[in-house]
Amino acid sequence: MHHLDIKGLEAAYGAVPVLSGIDLPVAKGDVIGLIGPSGSGKSTILRVLMGLIPPTAGTVTLEGNLVDYRDAAAVRRLRERVAIVFQQYNLFQNMTVLENVTVAPVKIRKRPKGEVETEARALLAKVGLGDKLDRFPDQLSGGQQQRVAIARALALKPEILLLDEVTAALDPELVSEVLDSIRLLAEDGMTMLIVSHEMGFIREVSSRVAFLDRGRIIEMDDARTIFDAPREERTRSFVSKILRH
Amino acid sequence: MDYTLQFGQVWPFLPRLLDGALLSLQIALLAFCGGLFIGTALASVKAFGPVWARRLINAYVVFFTNTPQLVQIYFLFFALPDAGILLSPYAAVLIGMTLNAGAYLTEIQRAGFESRRQSEMEAAEVLGFNRLQQIRYVVLPHVARVLFPPLSNHFILMTLGTSMAAIFGVEELTGQALNVNAQTFRSIEVFTLTGLIYIVLTLIASVALGLLGKFAFRARMRLA
Amino acid sequence: MFARLIEELPGFFGYYNVLFLGKAALATLGLSAIGCVVGTVLGLLLALIRMTGSRALAPLRWLAILFVETFRRVPFLVTLMLVFFSFQLSGADLPLFVVAAISVSLIAAAFLSEIIRGGFDSVHRNQWDAATAMNFGLLDTVRHVILPQAWRVILPPAFGFFVLFIKDTALASQIGVLELTYAGKVLNNKGFSAALVFAAILLIYFAISYPLSRFGARLEERLAPSRHQGP
Repeated sequence: MHHLDIKGLEAAYGAVPVLSGIDLPVAKGDVIGLIGPSGSGKSTILRVLMGLIPPTAGTVTLEGNLVDYRDAAAVRRLRERVAIVFQQYNLFQNMTVLENVTVAPVKIRKRPKGEVETEARALLAKVGLGDKLDRFPDQLSGGQQQRVAIARALALKPEILLLDEVTAALDPELVSEVLDSIRLLAEDGMTMLIVSHEMGFIREVSSRVAFLDRGRIIEMDDARTIFDAPREERTRSFVSKILRH
Repeated sequence: MDYTLQFGQVWPFLPRLLDGALLSLQIALLAFCGGLFIGTALASVKAFGPVWARRLINAYVVFFTNTPQLVQIYFLFFALPDAGILLSPYAAVLIGMTLNAGAYLTEIQRAGFESRRQSEMEAAEVLGFNRLQQIRYVVLPHVARVLFPPLSNHFILMTLGTSMAAIFGVEELTGQALNVNAQTFRSIEVFTLTGLIYIVLTLIASVALGLLGKFAFRARMRLA
Repeated sequence: MFARLIEELPGFFGYYNVLFLGKAALATLGLSAIGCVVGTVLGLLLALIRMTGSRALAPLRWLAILFVETFRRVPFLVTLMLVFFSFQLSGADLPLFVVAAISVSLIAAAFLSEIIRGGFDSVHRNQWDAATAMNFGLLDTVRHVILPQAWRVILPPAFGFFVLFIKDTALASQIGVLELTYAGKVLNNKGFSAALVFAAILLIYFAISYPLSRFGARLEERLAPSRHQGP
């Protein structure tokens, strides 16, 4: 059984279609790299999956169970198993690093505070921020904030992690610290969907890579095929353009 | 007690209420224009004038913005006759509202003048604009854009504020409503209809000012 | 004119008049305070309703918009008359102060809900996204994430509105509520000269309003330093 199975997914911003029939089966432990030009719909897939944008057609199945995005309770159950990290980190500006990581488990999932804090400290230590627990987001660098965001997502103990261009807003020298944290997760066998422009990184961690253009998956294969021997002309031109940079 | 709504009895008085609405609008416009004149003059003096003049203007602004307009007009209407100055209700209301508007508009315009950006002035100077050209092409357009939304808001608030004139017997919209109420005793119908006319009046004003602001001054409008 | 004023002064500031004015001032303050408290609670509720997204609540959202737009676009005096006559004709025998307090609360709720909404809007969209993705409901999002960030934006204009509002309660005199303005009319009818009476009333309002508006100005400077920086 697929861990996550997306079939014929469509979505639109107002009257403008952004996804026109996405089919994407994801097995347990898969790391799917989503690449493509801007506006191709990569990030939209993740936002639709999280229930931030309503799908207009298609189905999403999580371990065999159909997710009904019109049913608020079903979406809540989904969000207990799938977490997302945003491009702009989206850390809560009014909370310290530790509070950012603990707020959802404690206030929303009603787990005991002591236990959650112990886990949160461990997670933050793992991403190298054990000494920044009481800082506020605006006192941290972008890379540090993004690592807090990753720890915050992991504190929800997701089965599936969605990463939306998590390095795009970072200065180049801060990218590697964030990628290191994600690499560790891939090694642990976390199922992940990664939208990124870091082609080298995508190639390294992805079990499969999907190339999107104008709301469709043009081609999906293992990383080597996509980058070295793509079948589609559009994939080839995108990959060659981006690798030249 | 049973009270059934009967708008039929009030309907024939609609033309009178609309006449009243026109008078409301007239008072609001006159007081706003007067206030704008006072405000522009005083804000300029505040920006460039001598210290004693600024203090005097401050006192005027602070006094009028910290006391109720209604009591100000009471004073004009009831106290000035003691000093031999008799004002008609219309004149008392108009003078009171104009002085009140002058105080608020001085404050609004002062804030607008202060918002002019030094960097833009410097850019204009580097480009060889003289002082007058700087004011014409840089300062005024910017000030108009910044000031238009708060001034529009204040005008709408003033339009609502004109209802106060009814207290002195001026037959603007609320005054007419009181008259019709006294004739028909259909209070709820009369004041509901009156409220609706105010809503339509201010909605029209909001939309018109919004469009004007957008096209004439490229102002960002979020109107009352 | 001045001779008469000076002659009247000792009588005007007699024990009973001062007590009378004191009580009236308390009524003005009480009316304002009720408007602020009830208005804030109702205003927050209205702002929350307008934040909801579910289709089932659409009628409620429309009602909230209707309420806000109505009470922001009808003069206080007309609202006051409408509330006054509604209670009178429905036979509910409420004290005039309560009628005025209800009117004041309705109007304050409408204006404050717009101020609160503006504050909510000032918090970046991505904070809502993050909270939603982590299963925060509307109330949890507002309580834990939005209000702790928005209150700095909300407080200065809300306070400014409170100060304006104190002066607006003068209109309650028109339905016979014994607050400062009505007290002025009473004393004037008793034979004290209008100049003396209304000057005194103006000064009492000023004494209440001015310190509060100064405090509000300082509040704004302290809470929003970033607005004065930047280009």
